[in-house]
Amino acid sequence: MNLELSEEDKAFQSEVKEFLETKLPGRIRDKVLLGKNLTREDIVEWQGILNKKGWLAPNWPEKYGGAKWTAVQNHLFDEASWQAGAPRTIPFGLNMLAPVLIKFGSEDQKQHYLPRILDGTDWWCQGYSEPGAGSDLASLKTSAVRDGDHYVVNGQKTWTTLGHYADWIFCLVRTSSEGKPQEGISFLLIDMKTPGVTVRPIILLDGCHEVNEVFFDNVKVPVANLVGEENMGWTYAKYLLTHERTGTANVGNSTAALARLKAIARQQMSKGKPLSRDPYFAARLAKVEMELEALKTTNLRILVEADSGAAAGPESSMLKVKGTIVRLEINDLARRAIGTYALPFVSEALEEGYNEQPIGPVYANAIASEHFNHRKMAIYAGSNEIQRGILTKTKLGL
Amino acid sequence: MDFKLNDDRRMLSETLDRFLRDNYTIDKRHEFAASPEGWSRKMWQDFADLGIIGALFSEEQGGFGGDGDDIMVVFEALGRALVVEPFLPTLLAGSVLAEATGEAAALHLEDVISGSKLLALAHGEPGARYTLEHVETKASEDGGTYRLTGYKSVVLGGGDANILVVSARTSGAMDEENGISLFLVDPKAAGLSFRPFGTVDGYAAAEIILDNVEGELIGKKDAAYPLVEAAYARAILAVCCEALGAMEVAKDLTVEYMKTRKQFGVIIGKFQALQHRMADVLIEIEQMRSAVINASGNLNSTRKKREWYASAAKHMAGTIGRQVAEEAIQIHGGMGMTWEYPVGHFSKRLVMVDHLFGDTDHHLARFIELGE
Repeated sequence: MNLELSEEDKAFQSEVKEFLETKLPGRIRDKVLLGKNLTREDIVEWQGILNKKGWLAPNWPEKYGGAKWTAVQNHLFDEASWQAGAPRTIPFGLNMLAPVLIKFGSEDQKQHYLPRILDGTDWWCQGYSEPGAGSDLASLKTSAVRDGDHYVVNGQKTWTTLGHYADWIFCLVRTSSEGKPQEGISFLLIDMKTPGVTVRPIILLDGCHEVNEVFFDNVKVPVANLVGEENMGWTYAKYLLTHERTGTANVGNSTAALARLKAIARQQMSKGKPLSRDPYFAARLAKVEMELEALKTTNLRILVEADSGAAAGPESSMLKVKGTIVRLEINDLARRAIGTYALPFVSEALEEGYNEQPIGPVYANAIASEHFNHRKMAIYAGSNEIQRGILTKTKLGL
Repeated sequence: MDFKLNDDRRMLSETLDRFLRDNYTIDKRHEFAASPEGWSRKMWQDFADLGIIGALFSEEQGGFGGDGDDIMVVFEALGRALVVEPFLPTLLAGSVLAEATGEAAALHLEDVISGSKLLALAHGEPGARYTLEHVETKASEDGGTYRLTGYKSVVLGGGDANILVVSARTSGAMDEENGISLFLVDPKAAGLSFRPFGTVDGYAAAEIILDNVEGELIGKKDAAYPLVEAAYARAILAVCCEALGAMEVAKDLTVEYMKTRKQFGVIIGKFQALQHRMADVLIEIEQMRSAVINASGNLNSTRKKREWYASAAKHMAGTIGRQVAEEAIQIHGGMGMTWEYPVGHFSKRLVMVDHLFGDTDHHLARFIELGE
C-alpha cells in the first residue's frame, strides 16, 4: 500500500490549484467562504468557467465532454475546490440525469440534452420525493397516463432543490399500478414551462428558500420525453443513486470546514486563552479530526476500488452515514466556537453588497443558519436510517 | 496512491491464515493459554519456521519484511485467531534492539527470528502510567560496568525472555526525554527477580525488579527516547491491527448468531434495533481499517506525522474496540457471557487492548498536543 500521490497526481493537483487561483472570481469566492447566499447567476458563471476548461463534467464519457479523471483526481479536485471557496456544481443535470441519459437514453436525447446541460441552457431539478413518498420512494403516486403522443401528468413532488431556478425537471412517475410498486414507475423529463406546472417555495429552518413543492395539473408531456422503457424507471433511479459517489462522504467539504473551524478556534478567546486550547473543546475537535482523517482513507479506498472496475455498491451507504455525521459534528463545533455570536441573525448580511458593520465577527454571520441548513444532509438522498437498512441487507446479509 | 497489498504480502497473509485455520482453533488457544507457560513453544517454532517472525524485521535486520504492510498483514491475522504467543513483545523489543544496535542488529536478532530465543522490552514503570519518558529506574556506571536498580511493570513476555532490553535513566529528571539509555540484561543475572503472571485476556507478562543488576549499554547513552518512541509506534500499529482482526471476527460471529437465534418466532436479525447497531459496527470497523492504513503509511514519515497517526489509530482502537466488544456481547445475550462460546474472548481482548501502549484518553491528549 502507498498513501503518497503519484507524480502525475501531484502535477494534476498543482494544475487544479493554479486554475482555482486564477479563474475563480474573487467576488464568488468571498461569498462562499463567508457562507453568503449564491445567486443563480453566480453558479451559472462558475459552471461556465469550468465548462470552458473542460472540467464541468469530468466523469462523463470523453465523447460527451468528460475529462477521464481517476477517482484520486476527482477527490483532489473536490478537496481543492472546497478549500479555495469554489461553489459546488449543481448535481441534478451533471451527475444525476446525465449518467442515466448516457446509459439508458436514446441517441436523440443524448444529442439534445447533454450539450445543453454543459453550456448552461438547461438547469435541471429532481422530481423524486412526494408528500407521501419520502424514504419509501417507491410508493410515489404522481401519475402519467398515456394519451396519444403525450403523457398527462398529475400529482405533486416536494423538496425540489432549486426548483425555482430550474428549466426542466426529471421525474419518477407512476405509469402502472400492476405488480410491485417498483414495477410501475417511469422516468420522465418535463419542461417546467409547460402549462399546469406550478412551483411553490418551502422555507426551511434557516429562513432560506432552497427547496420547493412542484404541482402537476394535467401537464402534457411528449412521449419522446420518456427515458428508456416505460415502467423501468426504478432501475434507472437506483443506478443514478449509486453512480456518483465522489461527493458522498463530503470529505472535501468537511476538510475545508474543519480548517476554517480551527482558524476560528484560534481567534476566539475563552478564559484568556484561545478556545483551541480549551481541553473540552480541543477533545471534541480532535475526535472529529481523527474521524475525518480515517474517512478520507475510507473514501479513497472505496473510490479507487470502484475505479478499478469493482461493482458500484453499498459502500456508498457507509460514506453517506459517516460523512454526514462528521460534517454535522464540525458544524456543531463551529456553532459552539462562536459563542453568543451564534445568536444574531441578519439575513441581509448573507446577501451580496451588504456593507454595514456585521454584528460580531464577520465569519460568524452564517454559521448558525448553516448549522440548520446542513441538517438536511442526514436526511436527503436516503436518510441515514435507510442507508443502515441497505447495509444490513447487502453487507450483513440480514 | 495504492490500497492493495503486493503479491508477497498477499501470500504471507494467505499462508498465515491457512496455518491458523488449521492449527489455532479457539479450543487450542484456550489450551495454550491455560498451560503453565501460558503459550505454546511448539507453535512459536512453527511460526518461526513459516517466516512469520522474520516478516516483522527488515532485511538489514536479518528478516525479510519490517514494513507497515508486513505488520498489518501479520497482526490482523493473529488478532483473528487471538494468538497468545509473544509476537507483541518480540516486535517491540526487537524494534528497539535493532535501532539501538544498528549494523549489528542482524546478529542480535538471528536467534529471535529463528525462534530459539525470546526478547522482551522492560520499559514501563508503576509511576509512569502510559508516558514513555517517565523512567525512574537508574543505571550507574562503575569502572565501565553499568548496574541497574528499579521496578519495571507489566512487561509483556517478560517472564519468558532470554534477553531483556531494559531502559534506565543515566541522567536527567525522572520525566525528561533526555537521559534515558537502553541496556541488554541477562534474565538470570544476579539481583534480578520476576513476578510472572497471566493477563485477564490470556497473555503472559511479568513484573521485573532490578537490584543492582549488571547491564550492557546499547546505543547512545542518554539518547534512547526517540528509539523507544519509534518502537512503540510500531507496536501501536501492531496492536491496532490485532484489534482490527478481532473486531472482524466479533462482528462475523454476531451476524451469524443473528441469523440463527430465534425469539418471538423470528430470527433476531430481523429486529431493526439490532440491525442498525450492527450497520454502525460495520462502518466503524471500516474506519478502524482506514486509521490503521494511515498509521502504517506514515510509519516512515516525520516523527510528528508518524506519532499523530499512531495516536489517532490507538484512540480509535479503544473507542471502536469497546463499541464492537459491547455490541457483540449484548446481541449474543447470555451466550456472550459464557467461557465456552468464542465471542466473549474476542470482546475481552478488544477491551483490554485499550490498556496497552496508551489508552483512548492518553492518545487523545497526545493527538491534540502533536497537532498544535
